[in-house]
Amino acid sequence: MITRKVTVAASGGLHARTAGMFAQAAGRQPVLVMVRAGHGKAVQARSLLAVLSLGATYGTELTLEADGDGAAESLDELAVLLSRDLDAEPVDG
Amino acid sequence: MADRLTGIGVSAGRAAGPLARMGARPQLPPPGPVTDPAQEAAAARAALEAVAAGLTARAGRSQDRTAASILEAAAMMAADPVLLDDVTERAQAGTDAAHAIDAVLTGHREAMEAIGGKFAERATDIDDIRQRAVAVALGLPLPGLPAPGHPYVLAADDLAPADTAGIDPAVVLGLVTERGGPTSHTAILARALGIPAIVACPGALSVPDGTIVLVDGSAGTVGLNPDPAEVAAVRHEAAGAAAARAAGPAGPGQTSDGHPVKLMVNIGSARDLEGADADGAQGAGLFRTELLFLSRSQAPAEAEQQEMYAAVFRAARGRTVVVRTLDAGADKPLPFLGLADEPNPALGVRGLRTARRQGHLLDAQLRAISAAAAAEKADVWVMAPMVSTAAEAADFAARVRGAGLPVAGAMVEVPAAALCAADLLASLDFLSIGTNDLSQYTLAADRMCGELSDLLDPWQPALLRLIAACGQAARAAGKPVGVCGEAAADPALAPVLAGLGITSLSMSARSLGPVRTALARHSLAGCQALAARVLAARDPAGARAAALAPAG
Repeated sequence: MITRKVTVAASGGLHARTAGMFAQAAGRQPVLVMVRAGHGKAVQARSLLAVLSLGATYGTELTLEADGDGAAESLDELAVLLSRDLDAEPVDG
Repeated sequence: MADRLTGIGVSAGRAAGPLARMGARPQLPPPGPVTDPAQEAAAARAALEAVAAGLTARAGRSQDRTAASILEAAAMMAADPVLLDDVTERAQAGTDAAHAIDAVLTGHREAMEAIGGKFAERATDIDDIRQRAVAVALGLPLPGLPAPGHPYVLAADDLAPADTAGIDPAVVLGLVTERGGPTSHTAILARALGIPAIVACPGALSVPDGTIVLVDGSAGTVGLNPDPAEVAAVRHEAAGAAAARAAGPAGPGQTSDGHPVKLMVNIGSARDLEGADADGAQGAGLFRTELLFLSRSQAPAEAEQQEMYAAVFRAARGRTVVVRTLDAGADKPLPFLGLADEPNPALGVRGLRTARRQGHLLDAQLRAISAAAAAEKADVWVMAPMVSTAAEAADFAARVRGAGLPVAGAMVEVPAAALCAADLLASLDFLSIGTNDLSQYTLAADRMCGELSDLLDPWQPALLRLIAACGQAARAAGKPVGVCGEAAADPALAPVLAGLGITSLSMSARSLGPVRTALARHSLAGCQALAARVLAARDPAGARAAALAPAG
């Protein structure tokens, strides 16, 4: 099991568009990525409803977990996404 | 089935076309016995996938990118892999499809509500998905306005103001409701838009979708599967009326006798000025500047602010832009404002009040707006949110002029500002009434409290009387007063507001057409007579009834 710890940088937290972008990116990975907030329950990162249920706001520390081929690359990609301020980036068309 | 239904005609004219039913919120029947759990699971998945596909299609058709991204997020939730798994599992354990969907999504909604804050806002999206998926699973029409992709005659139980916000007279040919009376919202809206309408028409919802119907709003009859020659004649007649409607009130907003009422759009960024709908606007009546600030831990630099404002001014192409300075508070917190938690954020340090402690942030914003306005040679007006006193207004006006901006105004959101409108205008150039907040503070009813929504009805006499006070003060001062907020988008209310002395209405782009049409159906004197009758009413129903009564 590979893990990455990352702090949510989106100033609005993972609540709307940002949560969707994250879940979508997780769904594109070749491995099943799980995510948990603090010591909470790990949930599927590709599920928008599950990601919302983390209640992650700006500054919440999340742990990403995955197994298998490509797990490290997948977690790196998702960690980079979470450490960007997604709310400050424009909605593309 | 009979070949004709009868009700009360409330808006004259004839229309013919395929009927589309507006679904009520689906009522779950008692749980049914399940003989084939695998089939229930498949039905439940199919219902959620159908809802997701419908939302994706709507997102694709949406002109507005913000709206499209909201619909896309909703589509993602409806097709959520964990949701599909949970619903499948529950159905396989012996629950029917509709109850499985209902139970799982209700659980998710409760989870969002328990987290609170912005997450609680997602509860509404989840509820909407739940109702849609349950309706599909039960074979009922989808709740909300139908979107069959062609013009239609709308059949509904009754129409609430919220249902009617999206009604476009180019798409909705006629209205037929099972309930409602001559003074219902349906009636007033239909007359405002010039759509033939019939209320109190039992059986309307039993007519299958797609049935060709002929609505006669004068006779109060709905013909089912009428003679094709008659349909052709009515369509020809309606097309002429529609063409006249489209040709007549295009361009600037005005009454039938040419009294101007500026029609503008509410925007959050330059993107909101794109698209054909916004082209018809005479400018931006409310430019919310929060977007740039909300996503920050530090206040954005002046140069960055200037760039964003300049983009908006460019997109306005010479039209007026009314910029609202930063509107934040304990309910919309920004880390760099250093606001403490407040027991009652709605009544706390918010809007212009944040400048009491952090005046430099406001001055920096004004400098950035001024530099952008100068660079783009734009017609820029600036207004402050949450102004309550003449002293606050004077202080703000001095800051705005000190920054080199010529036009300063204030939002009227608290009753104090409306009651002292003349004093505010002594130092300001214009006022803009934010009816959503003004309702909340006047009726002391939280905007988020669904149980109190009757108090937040824009037809409440107390609200209309405060608007009238602003209109009177502005007229006496010879200065403009606008309305931005939901009331500005209500076509039925537009002539009333014009009659109360409102000189501009700012709304979402899609409401411009209906409001323009409604205004053009009255003369200024007609609007004033209408306003006088509405002002004398003692409750919202009375106000609507007064708006419908024949003039004289």
